[in-house]
Amino acid sequence: MSDKEALFSKKNLRLLTDPLGSKNPITVQVLGICSALAVTAQLKPAFVMTLSVIVVTALSNVIISLLRNTIPNRIRIIVQLVIVASLVILVDQVLKAFVYDVSKQLSVFVGLIITNCIIMGRLEAFALGNKPGPAFLDGIGNGAGYGLILIVVAFFRELLGAGTIWGFHVIPEGFYNLGYVNNGLMVLSPMALITVGVIIWFQRTKNHDLVEENK
Amino acid sequence: MNRNGNTYTFIYASVMVIIVAAILSFTAITLKPFQERNVEIEKKQNILSAINIEVTSEEAEDVYAQRITDSYTINSKGERTDGNAFTIDLKKEQSKPLEKRQLPIFEADLGDEGIKYVIPLRGAGLWGPIWGYISLNDDFETVYGAIFDHASETPGLGAEIVTDAFQDNFKGKKIYNNSGEFVSLIVAKAGENAPEQHKVDAISGGTITSKGLQDMLYDDLSSYKNFFNTKK
Repeated sequence: MSDKEALFSKKNLRLLTDPLGSKNPITVQVLGICSALAVTAQLKPAFVMTLSVIVVTALSNVIISLLRNTIPNRIRIIVQLVIVASLVILVDQVLKAFVYDVSKQLSVFVGLIITNCIIMGRLEAFALGNKPGPAFLDGIGNGAGYGLILIVVAFFRELLGAGTIWGFHVIPEGFYNLGYVNNGLMVLSPMALITVGVIIWFQRTKNHDLVEENK
Repeated sequence: MNRNGNTYTFIYASVMVIIVAAILSFTAITLKPFQERNVEIEKKQNILSAINIEVTSEEAEDVYAQRITDSYTINSKGERTDGNAFTIDLKKEQSKPLEKRQLPIFEADLGDEGIKYVIPLRGAGLWGPIWGYISLNDDFETVYGAIFDHASETPGLGAEIVTDAFQDNFKGKKIYNNSGEFVSLIVAKAGENAPEQHKVDAISGGTITSKGLQDMLYDDLSSYKNFFNTKK
């Protein structure tokens, strides 16, 4: 191989950073919304979900990229599914064994990582045509891009909905005595959608390239 | 070999499935002891929670060993049987006729507050099973504490049975009336008429779950009636 491109070359670094901003899977590509709404009522499950998705996107990207020249084209989606599904089962089993309470909170959503469009999307669009190194970075980047939004949403939902961050009370008792009440609406899924909407709005005001032209 | 041929595809798929299956079964077997321990610890936390002791999962084993002084099973006549109260499967027991059931009981020693009796419960909510533990004082009629959990009740409605606000309602309620008859507890909607000492406020919007919980309490506690009566 002649192209001895460094793993962290400029081009490869973009694979890592683009999904955090201008190619964010949630706010720009609007993928993986279902779980983003479901697990963001509190910071801790959102964080564990983020880690799980990063592990699955990164590893599945690497594995598919390693196998990319051997996979029979006609069953490539099935092969991808089998690999993603087994990784998800592994993650689920590990969570159940070592962070049981969080795994209970995440319940079906760990299993549903399989159906997260981000993962299959990246396998089809990137891993099948690229070397394992860049595929790994692309996986980490997209997982992190997804997780970043999850964590931001969870931060606001937990703060406004329950007055806590990571389970610790941060809103001083005095506020409640003055008549402040936690907004129970924030804990319900619709407010997650609205929070994501606000993030998309904010991101588009900052970055005009993302705004579609009016025809 | 032709990568698009049938033979290649079949071999590829078979090899892949075998490898994946091996990896998955290996992990499942390796992690099983950890997972079972977690379930056991959670159960201990729940039992302690029913006697109003909240512990973290690290402390659960020690506190459990210290507080729960005895656990045994009885039959519907109130006689002791030789089952294991901790590992018994309530779902299986409840599918048997009442006379053949083994009914688990946990005794907790709370020092100055006396002995409490913890009884596991299992019933049906709206979407799936609900379960919990209820603890009674040694008069066998006053509720000391209760904890409930569910598999799939609606968040914000039926799922509210897991909240302290709901569970605290049960403390101090009576399952026997003044003339000594068994009535269990009544999970009542606003405006529903029920004697105050048996009445617990239902969850608004969670009527079916609330009534399911009331039935669970009645069915499960009533099977202990003979035990309560002989002990009282």
